[in-house]
Amino acid sequence: MPPLTSLESDERLRALAARRWRIALTLTAVMIALYFGFIALIAYDKPLLATLVAPGLTLGILLGALVIVVSWLLTYGYIRWANTRYDPALRALDDAAPNAGASR
Amino acid sequence: MSTTAIGQPNSVAIGFFILFILITLGITYWAARRTRTTEHFYAAGRTISPGQNGFALAGDYMSAASFLGIAGLVSTTGFDGLIYSTGWLVGWPVVLFLIAEPLRNLGKYTFADVVALRLKQTPVRIAAAVGTLATVILYLIAQMVGAGGLIKLMFGLSYETAIVIVGVAMIAYVLFGGMLATTWVQIVKAALLLGGALLLALLVLARFHFNPAALFGAAATKYGSAVLNPGKLVSNPLDTISLGMALMFGTAGLPHILMRFYTVPDARAARTSVFYATGLIGFFYLLTFVLGFGAMVFVGPGAIKAVDKGGNMAAPLLAEFLGGTPFLGFIAAVAFATILAVVAGLTLSGAAALSHDLWVNAMHRGEADSREELRVARAATVILGIIAVVLGITFKGQNVAYMVSLAFAIAASGNFPALLMSIFWRRFTTAGAVSSMLFGTLATLLLIYLSPTIQVDILHRTTAWFPLKNPALLTIPLSFLVGVVVSLLGARASADDRALDRRMHLGEARG
Repeated sequence: MPPLTSLESDERLRALAARRWRIALTLTAVMIALYFGFIALIAYDKPLLATLVAPGLTLGILLGALVIVVSWLLTYGYIRWANTRYDPALRALDDAAPNAGASR
Repeated sequence: MSTTAIGQPNSVAIGFFILFILITLGITYWAARRTRTTEHFYAAGRTISPGQNGFALAGDYMSAASFLGIAGLVSTTGFDGLIYSTGWLVGWPVVLFLIAEPLRNLGKYTFADVVALRLKQTPVRIAAAVGTLATVILYLIAQMVGAGGLIKLMFGLSYETAIVIVGVAMIAYVLFGGMLATTWVQIVKAALLLGGALLLALLVLARFHFNPAALFGAAATKYGSAVLNPGKLVSNPLDTISLGMALMFGTAGLPHILMRFYTVPDARAARTSVFYATGLIGFFYLLTFVLGFGAMVFVGPGAIKAVDKGGNMAAPLLAEFLGGTPFLGFIAAVAFATILAVVAGLTLSGAAALSHDLWVNAMHRGEADSREELRVARAATVILGIIAVVLGITFKGQNVAYMVSLAFAIAASGNFPALLMSIFWRRFTTAGAVSSMLFGTLATLLLIYLSPTIQVDILHRTTAWFPLKNPALLTIPLSFLVGVVVSLLGARASADDRALDRRMHLGEARG
């Protein structure tokens, strides 16, 4: 990549950063909705959570376990995106920075 | 269950425990030779790998309150205990998405580094140290009280002796081995705790053809189907939501957890380490489902409460039922190792707040000799250790899980809002940061004092001024509000936003 002017470099970084924040905030919102949805069901709809989905397994226990599993999958989704897309883009930007090397 | 060896000196437990102490002191000796600068002392020379840090984060986080406390809650209340299992995990994705990378790129040793970066050092450092020390000391008291009770029950030692042993061991780890020793103590402990819990869970499941639903079904047959459903513990919806908020956002404000992100080489390693930690911690909390219901079925709520009213001995009793006295001894030693490791991490982060934030940056304008800072940090370690021992003895008999949830409430209201705003919001000012942190910490302490738990349960008044047991529902939004309003009223802080923006994303070495 040809060297960028510092203005171009800043523009690209801003776009990349905005993309990361958008993804991070969306995932945070999903996480909050997931957990407080579960808590709200506990607080306001106990009979629903008492439903048996299999012998010995209530919906409440299943959802509790799912909250844990889905939380972990969300972190996996994020680090996969960040490690394969975000980091290389950052590195490319950094290598093409006008003062690359000078600031190291 | 009629007899139990709990309360008798247990030679297997003592043997395992001495082995753990010898191994960790060996680690400390090894680490001490590599701990010469402040960067080593606070951040292990930034040489910890993501996998190692994932284990260490899990080790720092999975306290005895979660191992013994949740197993106890589930075994005596059923489903209600699981609310804690999920609540204690869901903060981790938030740490990953919002905090881990900017924290690693912007800071050096403490989260106050990030809050103070664009702002006036002295006031911000003092306010952050207040929040850090309030969180750390409450958390330390809870762990110390838990340790004393646990060791008394398991080894037959006196409460005071037990607390002094914990205090001396943790001071030794931190004082001589710094972050490197603390990290490896966490890793050893996390592996032991996960291994012990997994073994216990497999032994339970083996009796149900490895079908968890069959275990839950057996619990329902024995104690009624209500144990599989939300019950009495969550009778007040607002209390439940408030507790959930403290657990979710408190994780992102715990100083000893945030400090761990400085031990890895860069933001990518910080990010990856949270993924490992979330997996390990999530797996552990799933195991608590099995341990809790296993203890309910095999030991029974009555027998568990007969040994300890809070139910904290459920997991050890289950181990005794399944594997006899030797397995009880092993689980007891694991629980003790768990507490030792957590208090070491807490003490180190408290010492960093005292030396790095208060002594160097607030009192000496960031210009202190690194060797002198190291001496101050070590002195702070000893002082904090002694404070923890004294308070641990003073607060004998307090409810451990409740005190931990209060530490989370302070972390969520005092530390988290200011940290998040300093990362996201350029208009944030010194006055805004200071008022948000002080308001969050002090309002949380005040509302806890006015809550039913203190007023009704401890002071035996008939009513409480504040209706909620946990104030996070109110204090988290208000801390944000205070920070925003005070910032908007003042003048905009001048800072090189461009340089800071580049550093937030690219890290210090670049940018």
